Amino acid sequence: MKLDAKIPDGPIQQKWSNHRFHLKLVNPANKRRYTILVVGTGLAGASASATLGELGYNVLAFSYHESPRRAHSIAAQGGINAPKNYSNDGDSVWRLFHDTVKGGDYRAREGNVYRLAEVSGSIIDQCVAQGVPFARDYAGYLDNRSFGGAQVARTFYARGQTGQQLLLGAYSALVRQMDAGTVKFFDRREMLDLVIIDGQARGIVARNMINGIMESYVADAVVLATGGYSNAFFLSTNAKASNATAIWRAHKKGALFGNPCFTQIHPTCIPESGHYQSKLTLMSESLRNDGRIWVSKKKGDKRPPGEIPESDRDYYLERLYPAFGNLVPRDVASRRAKEMCDQGYGVGSTGQAVHLDFSDSIKRLGRSVIQERYGNLFDMYKQITAEDPYQTPMRIYPAVHYTMGGLWVDYDLMSTIPGLYVIGEANFSDHGANRLGASALMQGLADGYFILPYTIGDYLASTKFRPVKNDHREFKKAETETERMVKKLVSINGKKTVDEFHRELGKIMWDHVGMARSRAGLKKALKLIPELKSRFWKEVKVTGTDLDLNVELEKAGRVADYFELGELMALDALHREESCGGHFREEHQTAEGEAKRNDARFSYVAAWEYRGPKKSAVLRREPLKFEYAKPSQRSYK
Amino acid sequence: MQKSDFYRGTIHSLASSTIMNLTLKIWRQRNRDDAGKFATYQISNVSPDMSFLEMLDVLNVDLIKKGDEPVAFDHDCREGICGSCGLMVDGRAHGPGRGVATCQVHMRSFRDGDVVVIEPWRAGPFPVIKDLIVDRTSFDRIMQAGGYVSVKTGGAPDGNAIPISKHVSDEAFDAAACIGCGACVAACPNSSAMLFVAAKISHLALLPQGGPERKARALRMVEQMDKEGFGNCSNNYACEAECPKEISVAHIARLNREFLKAKLT
Ligand SMILES: Cc1cc2nc3c(=O)[nH]c(=O)nc-3n(C[C@H](O)[C@H](O)[C@H](O)COP(=O)(O)OP(=O)(O)OC[C@H]3O[C@@H](n4cnc5c(N)ncnc54)[C@H](O)[C@@H]3O)c2cc1C
Ligand code: SF4
Ligand code: FES
Repeated sequence: MKLDAKIPDGPIQQKWSNHRFHLKLVNPANKRRYTILVVGTGLAGASASATLGELGYNVLAFSYHESPRRAHSIAAQGGINAPKNYSNDGDSVWRLFHDTVKGGDYRAREGNVYRLAEVSGSIIDQCVAQGVPFARDYAGYLDNRSFGGAQVARTFYARGQTGQQLLLGAYSALVRQMDAGTVKFFDRREMLDLVIIDGQARGIVARNMINGIMESYVADAVVLATGGYSNAFFLSTNAKASNATAIWRAHKKGALFGNPCFTQIHPTCIPESGHYQSKLTLMSESLRNDGRIWVSKKKGDKRPPGEIPESDRDYYLERLYPAFGNLVPRDVASRRAKEMCDQGYGVGSTGQAVHLDFSDSIKRLGRSVIQERYGNLFDMYKQITAEDPYQTPMRIYPAVHYTMGGLWVDYDLMSTIPGLYVIGEANFSDHGANRLGASALMQGLADGYFILPYTIGDYLASTKFRPVKNDHREFKKAETETERMVKKLVSINGKKTVDEFHRELGKIMWDHVGMARSRAGLKKALKLIPELKSRFWKEVKVTGTDLDLNVELEKAGRVADYFELGELMALDALHREESCGGHFREEHQTAEGEAKRNDARFSYVAAWEYRGPKKSAVLRREPLKFEYAKPSQRSYK
Repeated sequence: MQKSDFYRGTIHSLASSTIMNLTLKIWRQRNRDDAGKFATYQISNVSPDMSFLEMLDVLNVDLIKKGDEPVAFDHDCREGICGSCGLMVDGRAHGPGRGVATCQVHMRSFRDGDVVVIEPWRAGPFPVIKDLIVDRTSFDRIMQAGGYVSVKTGGAPDGNAIPISKHVSDEAFDAAACIGCGACVAACPNSSAMLFVAAKISHLALLPQGGPERKARALRMVEQMDKEGFGNCSNNYACEAECPKEISVAHIARLNREFLKAKLT
């Protein structure tokens, strides 16, 4: 299979506008004759459904949530980037483009990233017009802050609830189209299979989660906006139900999977408190602006932090990175914290945490300033841990947060299956090996509001569709297969719960496919995961029936897919014999312990092709060319 | 179970280090048509550092191992923002504490030996689907009746074209913070959805973007609210007391003004 990213020719500044001119248009009177299925109604899916509805297409939108407003996007805190240069600090589309390509450690496509930076300004305008209450200054204009170590203030935010306000904006645009009758929303439906007819994506099979019935929906094109797969690690900052099932099943039907091993680990999360821990809570990384990270210089020091004198403290980030100190990028801060803990310097009774200390800032700025800046985060920390960060340093530890990998898509956001589009965190596109803070919201909304609605029209206008109904044998076959799978899961009746298996998988993933990866560890994971998977299929216990609301059954199907995806993540990490962005291979580091890329061998997107349950996935490469942002080694010394 | 397992990472909070045994009375209902009833469960080894939902997770593991069906409840973000969770705990919407959703309640709010009663939201327009899960799509239908600004993608002026005073924008934000959980309805003796509707009306009425459609919006959303069967507001204010986002009843006063103005003109 030849991978053609279809990046338009011409200077990078003109690629998108030229391409838009060349895209075929669907006659306005004909749009309502085309049916588009959008699976997922988070930021990417809600914005896409609303916009496609406005254009006049017949849109059917699906979510396993009861309402689009519950999607994981709602939890994003920090903000959304756009190079409006309202701060007059020298920002530009060009600069955001450069920062994103560099931040992604030169493993993203230049053409896509430039377009993302180019359309991001319109996102802010659109959201403001919808009534999104972004932060404002005293003159009444939009306020910006610098985020995630960026040198310019380009992040728009809505208190610590930016994702919530953006999603409510997209949701309002979506309900407006539901009101207008162009979009029909199907709640509590979980897509379990993709249906391909004559080589084209023509529909889905979704399980009605209230009565368990498999339902088939026919369309002319299918859009997956189903989010990321951080929950392969069991513990992550993602919402509990976030899962990879939709993209994984599409992968098994022929869609290539791009860079599965590229995951982002966020340094400032609240550490695990016990074996019952169900998820991890992120605290905004803005905390690192005023908090100092340290551990004791003595291994296994059990003294309470207040009793450890200055001379016994190691502010290791300030020591290792005098220029950036506590503000080094996410991957560096995360890896160093893990290293400290692995060497025995971790704090708290688990030893799996480091201190984030505000006492110097409180002394310097006063408690009220710190309270103004971080009051809600301090409250949240206290509520979860019962400790007061004004009195005692926080304990933080890294957690899996975001997956840069996802289904491979071309410049038009179409996967390797004609008519199957993938948007938002579910695709692999714009972040390379590491995503910058406040860029996921930007990408999801760029895809949904401003890119997909144009590109999908070109496909519809230039493709012939055979009339198909949902009793077509391909639909019946998919229904039968998914039914067989759910019936099998409820019939095993073993001894262990789904969560027990999922936790075990998560531990393998965290230990061997997490922050620092090694050849030996990855090989071990590739042995352990299939073993665990085969035990799962023999020993899992799912009570209740498939023809009922059955939460355990829903989870079981998702975990079954995580075993397979987890294996592919390990395989991808093993093959990539370099360190880049969030992918750190212990064998490939500089003398100072920094990530060492290998551009000569690995300047490509790794896209994996599924070859059946018994065969190993096959690697396809999409070479990356850098004409505008010349690769350099990152340095934060 | 080793005690230390529970306390990984909490050396500073010895005060909360007592393991609890609790009696849970939980509403079980097979489906929409089933009458439903309470079932009683004993749960031991509850750590004060567990969240309320983690305590239910632990109970569910016990139930599954015994071959029973676990208790079904809605949840997702587990950090108080998605609005999925929502349980009546000892008669209080979202349980003990102010300004928190059920997922933000920790077991340190309970004492060893407590009997804890757990029910779904009880309100006609929120029919129970199973156990503790209710159907809140009536809220989406209210939103559909005008809870938006009619702006098309691509038609927006520059974000800074309309300055909005920080004070107004902050007030609009306070209303926009609603997570659509339905606790206001569950807490209200009349099952009124006024706080939920007022939050959206207020958010958009305060901002210039919402201006052109404010009359139609107030009329349509209130009409839909009535159609869904939500009750009237009798100034009980239980809604504000249990709202996880502490949305103020002052927004209800604004909704009333908006509605009257729209009716009169
Ligand atoms: C705690 C946290 C904070 C964050 N903060 C920021 C931030 O400040 N800035 C930033 O830019 N990014 C942030 N991110 C990342 C960002 O929030 C996500 O990447 C982004 O919201 C993903 O949006 P999405 O629309 O692609 O997917 P999601 O919001 O995850 O939506 C997925 C949708 O798909 C549906 N779905 C999935 N599978 C199926 C299926 N099989 N059948 C039916 N429906 C399905 C779900 O119901 C849901 O509607 C944060 C992430 C986390 C975890
Ligand atoms: S007003 Fe408060 S209680 Fe009511 S739905 Fe909104 S957040 Fe929940
Ligand atoms: S689970 Fe999201 S608000 Fe409680």
